[in-house]
Amino acid sequence: MFGGIDPALLISALMVASVPIILAAIGELIVERAGVLNLGVEGMMIMGAVCGFIVSVQSGSAVMGFVGGAIGGAAMAFIFGVLTQFLLANQVASGLALTLFGLGLSSLMGQSFVGIRPPATGAVPFGPLADIPFFGRVLFSHDWVVYASIASVAAAWWVLKATRTGLILRAVGESHDAAHALGYKVRRIRMLAILFGGAMAGLGGAYISMVRVPQWTDGITSGAGWIALAIVVFAAWRPWRALVGAYLFGGISVLQLNLQAAGARIPVEYLSMSPYLITILVLVIMSSGKGKAALNAPASLGQNFHASR
Amino acid sequence: MTRPELLRPELLRPELLRVEGVTKAYPGVVANSDVSFSISEGEIHALLGENGAGKSTLVKMIYGLVKPDSGRMTLRGAAYTPAEPRAARASGVAMVFQHFSLFEALNVAENVALGMENPPPMKELASRIKAVSEEYGLPLDPARMVGDLSAGERQRVEIVRCLLQDPKLLIMDEPTSVLTPQEVDILFRTLRQLSAEGTAILYISHKLEEIRTLCDEATILRRGKVVATCTPRERSAREMAELMIGATLTPPERAGGTKGATALEVVDLSVASPIPFGTSLKNVSFKVAKGEVLGIAGVAGNGQDELLLALSGEVRAARDAVKIDGAGVGHTGTNERRALGLVAAPEERLGHAAAPDMSLVENALLSGALRKGLTRNGFIDWGKTEAFAAGIVKDFDVRTPGTHVAARALSGGNLQKFVVGRELSQTPTVIVINQPTWGVDAAAAASIRQAILDRAAGGAAVVVISQDLDELLEIADSFAALNEGRLTRPRPVAGLTIDEIGLMMGGAHGMEVAHHAH
Repeated sequence: MFGGIDPALLISALMVASVPIILAAIGELIVERAGVLNLGVEGMMIMGAVCGFIVSVQSGSAVMGFVGGAIGGAAMAFIFGVLTQFLLANQVASGLALTLFGLGLSSLMGQSFVGIRPPATGAVPFGPLADIPFFGRVLFSHDWVVYASIASVAAAWWVLKATRTGLILRAVGESHDAAHALGYKVRRIRMLAILFGGAMAGLGGAYISMVRVPQWTDGITSGAGWIALAIVVFAAWRPWRALVGAYLFGGISVLQLNLQAAGARIPVEYLSMSPYLITILVLVIMSSGKGKAALNAPASLGQNFHASR
Repeated sequence: MTRPELLRPELLRPELLRVEGVTKAYPGVVANSDVSFSISEGEIHALLGENGAGKSTLVKMIYGLVKPDSGRMTLRGAAYTPAEPRAARASGVAMVFQHFSLFEALNVAENVALGMENPPPMKELASRIKAVSEEYGLPLDPARMVGDLSAGERQRVEIVRCLLQDPKLLIMDEPTSVLTPQEVDILFRTLRQLSAEGTAILYISHKLEEIRTLCDEATILRRGKVVATCTPRERSAREMAELMIGATLTPPERAGGTKGATALEVVDLSVASPIPFGTSLKNVSFKVAKGEVLGIAGVAGNGQDELLLALSGEVRAARDAVKIDGAGVGHTGTNERRALGLVAAPEERLGHAAAPDMSLVENALLSGALRKGLTRNGFIDWGKTEAFAAGIVKDFDVRTPGTHVAARALSGGNLQKFVVGRELSQTPTVIVINQPTWGVDAAAAASIRQAILDRAAGGAAVVVISQDLDELLEIADSFAALNEGRLTRPRPVAGLTIDEIGLMMGGAHGMEVAHHAH
């Protein structure tokens, strides 16, 4: 069945391909758990991609590049946060505007960086572990960001489940009025969550421009932010499910490339649209039937909070 | 003050909290003006007043949610200026909210932890919740989702949350508005136990009989000012009501309307709840004749919202589950039922009964278009619509700067008058109203009830769903109660006792469940 496709290579490639989506999805998951719907993930990602690329090229350091990417994403999120939390702008409109703004600004900033190679992000040296057949290839041949992305899933899960910070975050997303009545600073908590989400999206974007591609072209994120948004819903706001979702979608996009390389007799266009098509299908299936309750959505999601009286 | 009063034990107890000359103004309204009162340790002190009298603002200042413009507070002789609820809790002040302070998707222990400063680890907290809740006769299972609890159980969560912090002063904001009579008894036992242990209780309510049985002292507020202080046991409910309102009360009159043929019939109606954590209706059956008012009681969350949705047509059922004048309409939507004369006013004013950001004129159009003929060939007749809206504002004394303000801008009570008025003004033959006077002051409540009775006298069949038993007993001809989605058989109001009503509503609702969980 695997005609011409090496499973170890495929799994290893899908782990790399999923990193940007995982990072962005975990960031957005935290934001949405705090009750804020930021549809600007794509814009924050591409700003992270361009900022990360520029910083890494200028400084010659990949690590500095990722820091720059995170800051770029967080700066975009800051704009969104001020608009929605302090000026009480509509979250959906602000998020969409953020994406359009990010696409344009990144294209402007990246103009003189087209065709340059960024400094390499090398694999973590695992020594003999990397030589284990199959598993060495699948598990121990990646760069540090791959492991960091999985660690971020575990961390998000643990914080949400077991810590007071996570409890307060969920409480704010569940009912901002009740949280306010108990004396929690709804705006501050949401603002921090938004900045975290932006930084994570920025990291994801930087990974695309610095490792996945690696070079700068306009519109380099090509919809990864939208897939990350979809995965948050697909995952019913649970971190481990987001990881599964990201691997599923990462897997499809990698498989699609591999199938093309293996000369499958399916038109390329069908394959490249398949991840998006499946995203839509999954969302439709999940939101039909029992309705939103089964989806476990945070009850205040997308509602602006204004402390009255 | 007379001599015997000086000997009353509560006056000998040391003073806990003193509020002096506190004033708080909001743009356009002075919520509290020069308010002073004091509470001793172990005293149960009532804060009495109508909606908008400034009770909530006052307790929010004591709880640190709102800062006073001027005036001072002292707690045990020391200056008390809580900057936020956290500081108030640290000083031993705890508050049980009327609503808005529980998280449905979190469990009991998590909800309690959120209201504490330094909660112990979850396991330890769970065992402390069990211990404290049983000590005070309020059994709770820490692992249950709050969304699955009854209103009475939810209130227990809030009380236990406060008790775990060993408060010196417990503020309770309208605690009994959602309880059955039996649950009220349990609550009062708990409060008396707390008071005997030295905890002072500041008890906000407008239910005068309760205050007379429970409270040692009362401070009465009207329009932000203290108008009287009294000892509730020594006053009649009527005297206190008149102090509260500043006028004499006239109870609604009922014209002895003759009952006609059955106008609304519900047969074996079962629908799944469309609301998350909602209650599905199970085999609900009743009949309402022309000119009859059926009152449906029940603790909040027992299917009231679902019943309204099923009657209004927002949730559809089998054709013959709902009949208007004998014609099966269960499968039809709101417009078809409206055409047959059924109007409905849901409980949730903003977002359900009215579109918050649309003007009163537009809101009037939304439900009145069909029966008042406000559209012609698909175009809106704005002149007619404005006249309709202006008529509602005038007839129901809606206080608004004009008919073009957004529904959101009206106070809760005024918007309630508007949405109820809008439905009653459509010459209906069947009226379904959920919580007709929720959050409306006494004078306006009386006029809404009068309007409902007038429609009934005019031959309309009326279903009033309410959590206010006094209201139902005042206006209903027959009485039924919803309990976990089931409706008891309607009985004539005449001759019903409060105990019977309590049993119909499900007794101490949720008690058994809580016990079994141990």
